[in-house]
Order: sequence, then structure tokens, then C-alpha cells
Amino acid sequence: MMILSGDPPRSRVLSILLVIIIAALAVTPLVFPGAKAMNVATKICIFAALVASYDLLLGYTGSVSFAHTMFYGIGSYAIAIALYSMGPSWAAVATGLAIGLPLAALLALGIGLFSLRVEAIFFAMITLAVASAFLVLASQLSWLTGGEDGRSFQLPELLRPGTVLISKDLFGFAVNGRTLTYYIVLVAAAAMILGLLRVVNSPFGRVLQAIRENRFRAEALGYRTVFHLTYANCLAALVAASAGALNALWLRYAGPDTSLSFSIMLDILLMVVIGGMGTMYGAIIGAAIFILAQNYLQTLMSVASNAAADAGLPLLPGLLHPDRWLLWLGLLFIASVYFFPTGIVGRLRAGARRPLR
Amino acid sequence: MTDLAAPEALPKPKRDLLPVLLPVILALAMAPLIGSASSWVTLTVASLAMGMMIFIMASGLTLVFGLMDVLNFGHGAFIAVGAYVATLVLLPLAGWVQADSLLLNLAVLAPAALLAMAVSGALGLVVERVLILAVYGQHLKQILMTTGGLIVAEQALYALWGPQIIPLPLPTSLRGSFIIGDIAIAKYRLLAMLVGLVVFLGIQLVLNRTKIGLLIRAGVENREMVEALGYRIRRLFLGVFMVGSALAGLGGTMWALYREQVHASMGNDLTVLVFIVVIIGGLGSIGGCFIGALLVAMVANYGGFLVPKLALVSNILLMVAILMWRPRGLYAVTSR
Repeated sequence: MMILSGDPPRSRVLSILLVIIIAALAVTPLVFPGAKAMNVATKICIFAALVASYDLLLGYTGSVSFAHTMFYGIGSYAIAIALYSMGPSWAAVATGLAIGLPLAALLALGIGLFSLRVEAIFFAMITLAVASAFLVLASQLSWLTGGEDGRSFQLPELLRPGTVLISKDLFGFAVNGRTLTYYIVLVAAAAMILGLLRVVNSPFGRVLQAIRENRFRAEALGYRTVFHLTYANCLAALVAASAGALNALWLRYAGPDTSLSFSIMLDILLMVVIGGMGTMYGAIIGAAIFILAQNYLQTLMSVASNAAADAGLPLLPGLLHPDRWLLWLGLLFIASVYFFPTGIVGRLRAGARRPLR
Repeated sequence: MTDLAAPEALPKPKRDLLPVLLPVILALAMAPLIGSASSWVTLTVASLAMGMMIFIMASGLTLVFGLMDVLNFGHGAFIAVGAYVATLVLLPLAGWVQADSLLLNLAVLAPAALLAMAVSGALGLVVERVLILAVYGQHLKQILMTTGGLIVAEQALYALWGPQIIPLPLPTSLRGSFIIGDIAIAKYRLLAMLVGLVVFLGIQLVLNRTKIGLLIRAGVENREMVEALGYRIRRLFLGVFMVGSALAGLGGTMWALYREQVHASMGNDLTVLVFIVVIIGGLGSIGGCFIGALLVAMVANYGGFLVPKLALVSNILLMVAILMWRPRGLYAVTSR
């Protein structure tokens, strides 16, 4: 229980689901060493951490931020630019982290001090404006960021796919630099999620929840709400930037589409809401379900679209086209805010609390 | 009763004129930097026209927030829908658009704008009933719901019209400029300024001089009291929401003609601009929104002329500067 900070899943089905997801992630490189499966598994790890950090803001303090991808992008770009300009070395990775993480935290501090004083709604609008300006900047300052093309770079020797650490004939599966990178991502993501779980179950986390429930009352009890909110904002930004750094390390690339675009922000929102706001475990469930669906359901959609086109139905081929996947997600999003505001985790926990009916 | 003396006139609320002067000061301060008088006039007219269009789009958002305490993150969807609906009239009647006659041009522009307003307004009705009615008073859910609505609307536009950019040429008689001396003033910008002024004055008149406006303002101050007096405030708010959406549709049509193209992502892009304007003006204030729109447009135009690189972040810098001065925007609405 120590490692979960005294906040277990509190539902048998949820526990089983989590164990399945984590076990599957742990053995993916051994069982499914293919490129697609590895990419999906890495994305689940990275997004689970990213979504958990967003949950700290949305679920625990009740403030909607649209700048989370900005911090994610700062982490990605810091690693990418450092490795691009300094060459593939561990010193470059360290430099990227040493520049990116404080930059993200400082920016979060600035935004927080500026907009969290007033109202939650102000914060949402200002983060949206700042994030869109940052996106424009990143795609325009091409001498630094590579513009729309982004930056590709080489990894340090140890993490390259060509580096064979354990050859195949020893255990029956090969461990190369790619596998090592995957486990670095997995362990780092797990550490971040456990750390966030610790944060939300600390007295500090309780204050955040008190602010979410009734800010005025929390203030009346003597808590400096602006301080707490800004602190949470900085923490979330730090974790998001770290997740971004992991993403850059895995992709060996950072660009506007993979790390900054507005659609990633929507994905994060969807994952939090589907998984369950204010639960932390919802981040893992939401990220796993969403990314699996994103990667494997789109194939299904294109089949359906082609079938509808062959049958000569009007409009349906366009609506079912894989590119319109966001349309259905948006509808799902509205429906889940409307009907299941507590998400999957909330549902499962509610079911566990009163099993007899 | 009749011999009672007329009650003492209420003390007039203090007028806060400083924000009103801000655009004027900004325009005058920029004059020496720009140098040539003709480019200054051109830039100023361009900013006024752009500001008016932004105001038309943003006014609905700020009205809806001021009156209903609903922040519609999907406001951009109405803008994009308005633009797309206008193409339904403008593209089939391209002959009239191309004709070199002001009468024919206006005969096709007016129905296009009216249809755009009607469809956006009707969409507003649906959105209010389906998305927002369930989440009145819950900011967090409002933001999530309306963001979801924006995604769905944008994707639906992609599905219906396809992902390509639709070119939308300006009517012939609105092309070109009036030349006075060495100053060129684009005709369409004059029209945009005119429409913007009419909308601004119309909103002010309705709010300040009619019974409906009185009820709306009373509802902002204290909605329960208005309900207790027997007025159905929900219906009033629904009307305001529809008007706000219709104005967004009108603004979208005008913006599409200004840019001479329509694209589904315009709703998303303009949402950010409109938000900045509404924040600068003070959430819920029509006058503040008007000034904010002018300021944003001026900074964009002057900044783009003087320091092109700066134009990318000029809006954010402007917003930061204004919020340092007045943390709740130029005109904070007192009841919030």
C-alpha cells in the first residue's frame, strides 16, 4: 500500500484491469517486438503520465488548462534541440532536461500568477491564448525549432536500435537499445504516476480538492489558494515536460504535430474524461483505451467507410472516413461528460461500493 | 400624489473614459513611428475594419457570458458555420457576385449574410438546448461540453464540405479602393466598418433603450429577482444566445469575404482571437469588447507594419499589458 500512497484502486474490476494493462506493457517488447506494437505501448506509457499530470489540474483543482501540450512540447523540443545541436551524447540529454524542465515550470508559474488569481474561466482562456501563440512561435522560429518540419536527431549510442545488449541466442529474445529506451520510458512514466499519486494523497492534495469543491471556503480556512493552485500548475507542467522529453527520446524527433498541436490537447482532455477525472488511475485506463482505439479502430472505420461507399450510401462514407475519427470522439466526449461525468474509474468504484442490487 | 416633487435625480455613475481613449492614443502615438501619412491612414482604416469584424464575432460571446454566465468555447463553430452557409448562396450565384453592379452584388450579399445568421442562430438554439441547458452554473462542465461541441462542428464541416479551402471572391463592386490624394481606402473595409458600427449601436440601443434590454440588464444583476417578478428569464437567455450565435455567423461571413476564403479550421483559429478580445474588454462588457477588438486589430496592423516578427505574439503581449493594468479587463462587470 505504501507505493500507492494509501489510495488503492478500490474496485476489483479496476484492479484487474490495471494489472492487465501494466503486465501487458511490461512484456510488450518480449511478446510483440514489432514496431507498431512497441509504438502503441510507448505512447500508452507516455500519455498515461501526461494525462495523470493533467488530471492533477483538471480533476483535483478543477481548473481547465489548454496549455498542457505547450509544456509537453517544451520538454520534447528541449531534448530535440539539445541533441540536434550538441550531437548524440548523454550530456546533451542532461542539458535538454536542465533547460526544458525549469523553463516549463517558470512559464507555468508566470501563467499561474497571472491568471489563477481571478477565476477558473480566465485561466482556461488565457492558457488557450498562450498555447496558440507558442504553437505559432514554434513553427515560425525555424532556425531554432526547424519550423513545420521539426527536428530529427540521433540518440546516444546506448539507446540506438543497432546496439545489441543481449543477443537473441541467450534467452530467445533480443534486447537492443530500442528495448532499453522502452523500459526507460516505462519506468519513468510509472515513477511519475506514483509520484503524482503521492502528491494528491498528501495534505497538499487535500487542499487542492478543497479548493476544487469550494474555493471561497478553502480561502476562509486560511489556505493561500493562489499559492496552492500555482504550485499544482508548476508540478503538472514539470511532469508534462518530462513526458514530452520521453516522447522525443522515443521518436527521435520533435515537431509541431507530434508534440504541440491542439489535437493532442483534445486527446488529453478525452483521456482524462473517459478514464475518470480526479482519480489518477483514470489516466492509465483512459490512455490505454484511447490509444488502442485510435490505432486499431481507425482501420475498422476505413473498412466501414469503403463498405458504405460501395453500397452507394450518401454522406456515410464521408462521416466514416478514418480522418473523421475526431467527429466520433467529440460525440463520445460530450456523451461521457453528460452521462458519465466520473468516467470509467468512477463507474467501477461506484459499482464496487454497492455490489448488491 | 401629483403634488409630490420629482425625486432627486440619482447620482450619475462615474464614467470611466480612460479605456475609450486608449485606441485613440495608440493610433496617434503610432503616427510618428510609421512616418508617412498615407500609410498611417491606410493602416488605421484597416485596423478599424478588422476590429469591427472581430467585434461582431466577439460580441455574441461576451453577451452570452455577461448574461448567462456561460462561457462558450464552441463559439468559433458558429463563426465557421456562418461562413460555410454564406458560400451556399455566394457560390451558386457567382454570376451576380461577378457582375459589376453594386445593386446585384448587394442583392446576393444580403441574403447570404441573412441566411448565415439564420442558420447560426438556429444552431445556437440547438446547442443551448442540447449542450448547455444541462450544465448551467457549472463552469467546468460548460467548458468541456462546448469544447466537445466545437470538435464535432469542425469535423462535421470537414465531412460535409471536404478538407479543401473554398475560395470566396469579393463582389466586383466592393473590390479596389477609393483613392483620395495618395491615400487608398479599400471599399470592403468601409463596408465592414459600417456594419460593425451598426451592430454596436444596435446592441447598445437594445440594451439601454428597450424593455427587453432593461430585463436583460436586470437579469445580469440579479436573475432570481427578475424571475420572482414573473419574467421567464430562461427564454430571455435563450434569445440572447441565439442572437449571439447569429452575430457570430454574420462575423464569420464577413471575415470569410475579407480573407476571400473559407476553411473549417477558421472557427478554431478565430476562437483564440475572440477570446483575447473578450478577456481584454472584461468578460461580459460590450463596450470593453468593442475597444478590445479595436486594440487587437490596431496592434496586429501597426505591429505587422513596424516589426513583422512581433505580430506573431502581439496579441498575447497586448493582453498581458492590459491585464497588468486592469486584472479583470478594461471594463470589469461588477456583478461577477
